[in-house]
Amino acid sequence: MGRRNTELGLLALVAVFVIAAHLLAGLGLNGVAPEGFVAFAVGLVGFLAVVNLVMRWLAPQADPTFVPLAGVLNGLGYVMIARIDPELAGLQMMWTVLGVGLFTGVLAVLRNSRNLSTYRWTIGLFGLVLIALPFTPLGTTVGGARIWVSFGPVTFQPGEFAKVALAVFFAAYLVEKRELLAMGSWGVGRLRIPDPKHLGPVLVAWGVSLLVMMYQTDLGSSLLFFALFVVMLWVATARASYLAVGGTLFAAGAVFAWSTFDHVQRRVRVWLDPWEDVTGEGYQIAQSTFAIADGGMVGTGLGQSGQVAIPVAETDFIFAVIAQELGLFGATAVLVAFLLLVGTGLRTAVRADNPFDTLLATGLSALVGVQAFIIVAGVTRVLPLTGITLPFVSYGGSSLLGSWLLVALLVRISDGNNRRAAQRDGQPVVAGRADA
Amino acid sequence: MNRQIRRLGVVLVAVYVVLFAQLNVVQVLRADDYRDNPANTRQIQRDFSRERGLIVSADERVVAETVDVTNAGGFARERRYPLGELMAPVTGYFSFLYGASGVEDTYNAELVGSTFGQQVAGWRDLFTDRPTVGDVRLSVDAGLQEVASQALGDREGSVVVLDPRTGEILTLWSNPSYDPNLLSTVDLGASQVAWDALVDAPGNPLLTKAYQERYFPGSTFKLVTAGAGIRQGTVTATEPVYPVEAAWVPPLTEVPITNFGGSACGGNLVEILRVSCNTAFSRMGVETVGPDGMVAGAEAFGFNASAPIDLPNPAESVFPTEFTRDLPKLAQASIGQNDVVATPLQMALVAGAIGNGGIMMTPTVVREITDRGGGVVRREEPRPWLTPLDPAGNQILRDAMIDVATRGTASVLATNGVEVGGKTGTAQLGFGEPERQHTWIVAFAGPPGEAHLALAVVVLNQEGGDATGSSVAGPIARTVLDAALALPPRAGR
Repeated sequence: MGRRNTELGLLALVAVFVIAAHLLAGLGLNGVAPEGFVAFAVGLVGFLAVVNLVMRWLAPQADPTFVPLAGVLNGLGYVMIARIDPELAGLQMMWTVLGVGLFTGVLAVLRNSRNLSTYRWTIGLFGLVLIALPFTPLGTTVGGARIWVSFGPVTFQPGEFAKVALAVFFAAYLVEKRELLAMGSWGVGRLRIPDPKHLGPVLVAWGVSLLVMMYQTDLGSSLLFFALFVVMLWVATARASYLAVGGTLFAAGAVFAWSTFDHVQRRVRVWLDPWEDVTGEGYQIAQSTFAIADGGMVGTGLGQSGQVAIPVAETDFIFAVIAQELGLFGATAVLVAFLLLVGTGLRTAVRADNPFDTLLATGLSALVGVQAFIIVAGVTRVLPLTGITLPFVSYGGSSLLGSWLLVALLVRISDGNNRRAAQRDGQPVVAGRADA
Repeated sequence: MNRQIRRLGVVLVAVYVVLFAQLNVVQVLRADDYRDNPANTRQIQRDFSRERGLIVSADERVVAETVDVTNAGGFARERRYPLGELMAPVTGYFSFLYGASGVEDTYNAELVGSTFGQQVAGWRDLFTDRPTVGDVRLSVDAGLQEVASQALGDREGSVVVLDPRTGEILTLWSNPSYDPNLLSTVDLGASQVAWDALVDAPGNPLLTKAYQERYFPGSTFKLVTAGAGIRQGTVTATEPVYPVEAAWVPPLTEVPITNFGGSACGGNLVEILRVSCNTAFSRMGVETVGPDGMVAGAEAFGFNASAPIDLPNPAESVFPTEFTRDLPKLAQASIGQNDVVATPLQMALVAGAIGNGGIMMTPTVVREITDRGGGVVRREEPRPWLTPLDPAGNQILRDAMIDVATRGTASVLATNGVEVGGKTGTAQLGFGEPERQHTWIVAFAGPPGEAHLALAVVVLNQEGGDATGSSVAGPIARTVLDAALALPPRAGR
């Protein structure tokens, strides 16, 4: 149980950090501890203890850093949301509990990650349906993007779950076809691509992501899907030509979108020069830049940056508020936390004893890493802004549930491989049930 | 596959390094540029939440204070004005959305403690827990201000009272006024609603009429005309003697200058000032002093310049300078009509200078800045602004004004044991029906030979032929003067 004890220690650090941050944010904002602070502190400690027990029970051999890293990002996000808009804090807490509940449920139901491979077509189709849902009458438009779906009182973003489903489908499909895809049966010179019939599903996926970009005006998700597909193809086939072809296709799609859609042109214009119309189109990115610049090296201190002037600071722009209040040091720490999470995921991929686990872990890690990069790059004006959430940190139920679902799969892969490795090495498996 | 995965890891680290580099650029290298960007209101908001000194009236009442607020959308503090609209003409407002006006504007650095002297004192006090903010102590007396506001009542107008010896202003009241609490609130929505209402409100309450608005001064301007003649040496107490007449037609026109009520008047300076004789003062401006002398005289009394008061955006009182061929215009200007306009403050300064031996002091509303340890950070020392008349010449005009307050149109001000000089004015506004006029009175008062008080009262847009400076503004001045004379003596500085 060394891994779980290590995790317990890390979770204790998470608890200390989140409780202290929440207290400081309240003191910074109003000079008093946040409302219900003691209950929050006690509840958080109990909650993290329960999470550790769940891990001991359901995934005893998983890497001990997944849950603490997800937890510290989730906790920091909660503190910032409570500081930006106290009314959202209760909801975010509920989403966090539901997210960890989903995490537990997935670990309880899915005892072996490779079982997912059996249902690859079902899962793939499910992913496509999720992506298409906003086009149906169930879809609603929020903030100019048609990425939401309403079922009665429940509103959610199916894209947050579709990306995980598509990663599973792609991992299973590519494991099956990767040798065929890697052969490169026809082509010109050194640039060889495989028989088009094997590429069919890949082209479908490319088409779908382009459709998303066109009709849902959700550039961030489109870029994310595309990065996922290209990366998994490349890793599965080890053929760099897929990167070149994929990059070319995306560039063509991007140029087409830019020349066709006003909102794409506006995003690019604002990215290049937000000062042109600083009170109109450029307001959001300008306020974000002011906030980040205001933070300096060490930040203004939690809760001490005054009224948050950035629109939708609690979702897309939460990183700007973190950079303002925690400064270059705090913002860098958040980036490092994401890199550590990605690194742990990729390490799991490298150590996996079967290609499906390797590919799935790679895809899921890339999803987290690329999604965080896209939104942070948008907020800091490295790339044009595309509205997606910062995983675990931004406000939102769909985003949190999707992120915890993603980490649950990584934990399951890590646990399974570590257990099999222990069995191979002849070490006794201490607790839990061995795989079938 | 593992080789690709490792490369993927390297690529992801590389793109995150790009993000890190960009954060360095924004947060460190170019942070100052972004901080100074005019579209960046963060510093303003932080300033708004800083600790800020008190504003205290001469009678030791708190006029503006800063209180801590909680759950106020990121604002830590809010400015409050316990006396509401009474002192708004002096303090102005301190609003997040609309900036600052009044003393809140001109003394902002002292109030937040950012002047060099205060900062040096702050370093010295590094180990004591004392804020470096400055408390601003006004010369304006809240009690006297209240007397003035009640005497003026609902009528539109202004009351200015000052000490001619120092320039210290004791009352600076304008009606309509406004409640600055409505603008300083950190409930920005409410602040916006209040602002929009005040901008559209009749009477322009956000402008302090006493020093930011100009009106036809009417006959009170005859003091300046007389002063211009005395400066020039062409007018004395006895010379010239103007003909007794009911109307005088200036050169180059057929429109006559007439006297109040069609009466006939004339005589020397004392006689014509006593009854405010239009025909004689028009002749004085046109025939005795002339265009150049009138412009020089008016400017010697502070016209065509804005008074160097310690409040923002004072209006400039105007005497026209283009009379080359326009003697009818000069005839009208000599009795305070035509294009002559003056702030109430300016006319109080004119009366005060005549009372004060011909020396016009720089007007101030702030007496001193103190720190939280009780020490004086800075004292506003009295400074002369202009010297329109030498003592001998001034004495002629001073005696004439005393005569007006004793036997003439300003006799409503006569007070036992106090030497009072005055002058009324009734500036007609066009020739519409009913007749409307601005009614004025200016005065100085003090022990014989001295002037401890000067005042100007203007009541705007009064209807009816019997609404004159003497009948409308006179009683207000009487009330305020009595209250001011009853104040404890101010320390002679």
